[in-house]
Amino acid sequence: MYSSRKICLPIIAILLACAASLAGAAEPGSFGYGSVATPAQIAGWDIDVRGEDGTGLPSGKGTVDRGAEVYAEQCAACHGTFGEGEGRFPKLVGGVGSLRDERPEPTVGSYWPFAPTLWDYINRAMPMQAPHTLSADDVYALTAYILNLNDLVPHEFVADRNSLPKVKMRNRDNFIWTDPRPDTMTKPCMNDCVNAADVRISSTAEGRNLTPRTTGPLDTMQQK
Amino acid sequence: MGRRRFLGLGAVLTGSLAVGGKQAIADAAQESPPADAPWSQSIGAGVVDRPYGRPADTEASVIRRNVPWLTASAESSVSFSPLQDLHGIITPNGLFFERHHAGRPDIDPAQHKLMIHGLVERPLLLTMKDIMRFPSVSRIHFIECPANGGMNWRAAQMNSLQFSHGMVSCAEWTGVKLSTLLEETGIRNQAKWAMVEGADGAHMNRSLPLDKCLDDCLVVYAQNGEALRPEQGYPLRLVVPGWEGNVNIKWLRRIKLGEKPWHTREETSKYTDLMPDGTSRGFTWLIDAKSVVTFPCPEKPLDGPGLYEIRGLAWTGNGKIKRVDVTMDGGVNWQSARLHEPVLSKALTKFTLPWRWDGRPALVASRVIDETGYVQPTIAQLRAQRGSNSVYHNNSIQTWQVKPDGSVFNVQLA
Repeated sequence: MYSSRKICLPIIAILLACAASLAGAAEPGSFGYGSVATPAQIAGWDIDVRGEDGTGLPSGKGTVDRGAEVYAEQCAACHGTFGEGEGRFPKLVGGVGSLRDERPEPTVGSYWPFAPTLWDYINRAMPMQAPHTLSADDVYALTAYILNLNDLVPHEFVADRNSLPKVKMRNRDNFIWTDPRPDTMTKPCMNDCVNAADVRISSTAEGRNLTPRTTGPLDTMQQK
Repeated sequence: MGRRRFLGLGAVLTGSLAVGGKQAIADAAQESPPADAPWSQSIGAGVVDRPYGRPADTEASVIRRNVPWLTASAESSVSFSPLQDLHGIITPNGLFFERHHAGRPDIDPAQHKLMIHGLVERPLLLTMKDIMRFPSVSRIHFIECPANGGMNWRAAQMNSLQFSHGMVSCAEWTGVKLSTLLEETGIRNQAKWAMVEGADGAHMNRSLPLDKCLDDCLVVYAQNGEALRPEQGYPLRLVVPGWEGNVNIKWLRRIKLGEKPWHTREETSKYTDLMPDGTSRGFTWLIDAKSVVTFPCPEKPLDGPGLYEIRGLAWTGNGKIKRVDVTMDGGVNWQSARLHEPVLSKALTKFTLPWRWDGRPALVASRVIDETGYVQPTIAQLRAQRGSNSVYHNNSIQTWQVKPDGSVFNVQLA
C-alpha cells in the first residue's frame, strides 16, 4: 500500500512545473515545440528586402535592355508596352507632378519612395500568374527597365545590390512616417447644433448607376 | 388518398363560409392564415441531410458581393459583407468580407509552416500541430479594410450599405498570442519591428512595430469556432486588433524581427494616404472610430410611417465604444442610442434607437464616441484635413436620406 502523501507530492511538483512553464514561458524554448530553423532553411525563406537601404538584396545584376526583353514577355500584357497600364491594371510610368492634382497618378516614377522596394515586389509578387518564379538577374533587369522608363536612371544603368539603394526616387522625402491622427476635433453637440435651414445635401448616390445590385445573383456590371 | 380527401373536406368547409359574401372570404383569407402551412403537414428532412449546413434557400441573396468596375481582376480585389442582412456583432464565416492580393490559395495544412527568425535567440519552424499545442486564447475583434468607404471620399457614390461599409466584419478568433511565440523564440535587444508575410502568391508582407506584436496580436487558426475559412487565411493568419485589415496577414508563413521597418510595396505605393499638399502619410495603421446605421439603409427602405427601431454598428481600433448618437434631421439634434452588450474592445458594437417616423423627409445618421473621447467626424471635416485623394481611412459619419415614400439614399451634407 502506498500512502496518498507519497503519490501526491510528486504529482503536485509536476503540476507546479507545468504551470510555471505555461504561465511564465520567459525562457526561449520553454515549450520546446517545433524545430529550430536551420541556416539552410532560413536562407530559402528569407526573401525580404528593406526598401530604405536595400538590405537583403541578393547578388546578381540586370541591364535596361535585358529588362525590356523580360518585360515584353512577362509584364506588358497587363502593364502596357511602356508601363502605361492596360485596363485597370496599374500604370508603372507617368504622373510626375500630379500628386496635388484632382486626379493624381501615383506610379513608380511619381510616388514610390524607395527603389529596392520595386525589386522586392517584383520578386515576391510578379508576374501575377506565376509569382516568385523569375531569376534574381531578371528581377534586377526588370527593375532597371522600369526605373529607366521613368527617367530615374540612364539607359546604361545596371541594377544590382549596390546601385539600387542609391537611386534617388522623386517622392522619397514626401512621406510622413508617424501618424498625425487624430486630426479632427469635434465636440459632440446634442441640440440645435446647426441651423436647420443650413442643412443641405451636397451630393447623392441616387441615379449615379455605379452601384451593383444587392439582390439576386452577382452583378456583372461593366467597368465604368 | 386519405389526405387528399381531408384537404378536399377543408375546401368544402371553407366554401361554406362563402355565405357571408365574396369580400368576407377574401378578408378572412388575409386575416387568418391557414393554421397549418404545408411544412406543418409533412415530414421534414432528416439529420445530416446537409452534413455541414447552409442558410435557407430563400436567403440566397445574402452573399458577399463585389464591384466589377473597381478592380482589374477578381484575384486582386475585394468583396463586401451584406451588412444590411446581418443582425449581430458576429459575421458568419461565409459572409466575412474578402481582400486578396493574389487570389485565395488553397493550402494543405500538413505542409504549411510558420518560420520565426531574424533578431531572435532561437529561430523556429513550426507546423500547424506545433502551433495548436501552445496555450490558446479566443478574442472577438473586427477587421476593416482601410479602403472601406473609399468610394465615397469624393462624393456619395455607392447607393448601398453593403458597398459603402461592407469591408468590415467581426469574428471570434482563436489561436496563440504572438507574444507567446516570440517569447518562445526569444527576442534580441535590437529588435524593434516585425516583418509578417503570407504564403499567397503575393507573398503579402507588412512591417509592424514590435510593441504592437507583444501587446495584443494573435496568430489564429480558428474563426467563430471552426477552422479559418480559406478566404480568411486558412490554415493560419495574423490578427492585429484595431489596425487596418491588410496588416492582418492571411496564410501567415513567416515572421522576421528587425531593427527598422521594411517599407514594402504595401506600405509605400499602397496603404499610404495622399494629402492635398502632395505629402503622404505612411504607417497609418489605426482604424479610427466609425459607426453606421444599418437600418434603414438603401437596401432596407421604410414601409410607411410608424414606429421603427433604428439599428446600427459602431467600432473603434482605440478600444471600446463609449456612446453612439443618432440624428434624424441631418445633425441639428441628436439622441443617444442604446448600446447592446457585449461592448468589447476592438469589436463591432450594436446600437439601437426607437423612432416614430411621421412620413416626412429625414436625414438619418449616427455618430460614435470611443473611450478615448474621439468623436466620429463628418466627411466635410475629414476633407478639410485630408482633401479627397487619400483613398483610405474614411471613417466619416454616414447620412441616409429617407424620402416620403420610405426609399433611402446615400447622401453627403455640405
